[in-house]
Amino acid sequence: MPVPNDTDPKLSAYAHPERLVTTQWLAEHLGEPGLVVVESDEDVLLYDTGHIPGSVKVDWHTELNDPVTRDYVDGQRFAEICGERGISRDSTVVFYGDRNNWWATYALWVFSLFGHPDVRILDGGRAKWVAEGREMTTEQSKPERVEYPVIERDDSTIRAFKDQVRAHLGKPLVDVRSPGEYSGELLHMPDYPQEGAVRGGHIPGAASVPWARAAAGDGTFKSREDLEDIYQREQGLSPDDDVIAYCRIGERSSHTWFVLTHLLGFPQVRNYDGSWTEWGNSVRVPIAVGTERGSVS
Amino acid sequence: MTASVELPPKLSELVDDFSEVDVKDRLQLLLELSQELPALPERYAGHRNAMEQVHECQTPLFLAVEVDPERTVHLFFDAPPEAPTTRGFASIMYTGLDGESADTVLGVPNDFYLALGLGEAVSPLRLRGMVAMLARIKNQVRSAR
Repeated sequence: MPVPNDTDPKLSAYAHPERLVTTQWLAEHLGEPGLVVVESDEDVLLYDTGHIPGSVKVDWHTELNDPVTRDYVDGQRFAEICGERGISRDSTVVFYGDRNNWWATYALWVFSLFGHPDVRILDGGRAKWVAEGREMTTEQSKPERVEYPVIERDDSTIRAFKDQVRAHLGKPLVDVRSPGEYSGELLHMPDYPQEGAVRGGHIPGAASVPWARAAAGDGTFKSREDLEDIYQREQGLSPDDDVIAYCRIGERSSHTWFVLTHLLGFPQVRNYDGSWTEWGNSVRVPIAVGTERGSVS
Repeated sequence: MTASVELPPKLSELVDDFSEVDVKDRLQLLLELSQELPALPERYAGHRNAMEQVHECQTPLFLAVEVDPERTVHLFFDAPPEAPTTRGFASIMYTGLDGESADTVLGVPNDFYLALGLGEAVSPLRLRGMVAMLARIKNQVRSAR
């Protein structure tokens, strides 16, 4: 049974306000039956240094990914991960994390591949909760194990693979990396040289819209108006478009996927999780360098 | 993978501590180590420009290496509390290598970290921060000659 939506006015302007909750709402609903709070961080130990009371950890790297093949876990494994954490098919799952909710949106996106119905993001993430002096605990959560059905993952709706991106050239692509990565000047994100590629640049025709443009200083999402200014008025994207977003391994682009899909209500947005670590290392794919979008002729 | 006979005693002990427990306890050990990383002395506290940034780590990590006249190596790390994994890695380096001779530090195999068995616990991608830390420590020790 889902937990009521957050009716905070800041959220109501968004296309799908039911996909977000405010820190105030979460503080009021903590511990309610049907609600499971999930922390997903870049740092796998951050949760252990303190977390929202009752929340459980889902580590994107070690728990949502197959350990051998570069792909996500299958339905069986996903069901185990959910069941262990007290997540049942009708649970309201609220995700939060560090780094402006990059990994929280990535985890939410993976849960969406399995069609989990009620998934929401804590606007402002871990940083805002902590900045507001709200309760954090190191007490280990002990959720009651529940049943979660084995669901076959749907990779066709919100996920894009390399061959699909090839076929998509000429249609809207959003590159959410830094300008230096987009132009090819940097072969890796500043501070992340381990996620390198043999070639720099961007997918021809992709617009450069760094993910951080969607976030306010406190880590919350910008208002609908501001987001429309950026993505629609400035970048010329429209809800009728078939859009693919990418970054390096798909974590920043899942943040943008969330913005386009749930805040601006675009019905056809896919995250290309192979992203630049795949494209930039692939033989004979077209690449554009420099600040211009480029095109495939 | 090279034998632990080449590792200085404290580092070798750490390798044993990690490899002897299961994955979940390795994370716990890393967390405890992250809490043990000593604070910076005054000459470095707040002076990041006097330190070297280890860009390979996911969060800002700064490192300083001093080699005294007896050729003993002293290590200093500035790792933020919101990055406990990075702090844990820094603490492994500190606990294992601080106070060792320059030659001993240079003799530590670059892949020693594999023996810690942390890949499964933190993911191989995240481990590269530790590889980079050791490489930069060695570089600084060499240029201190």
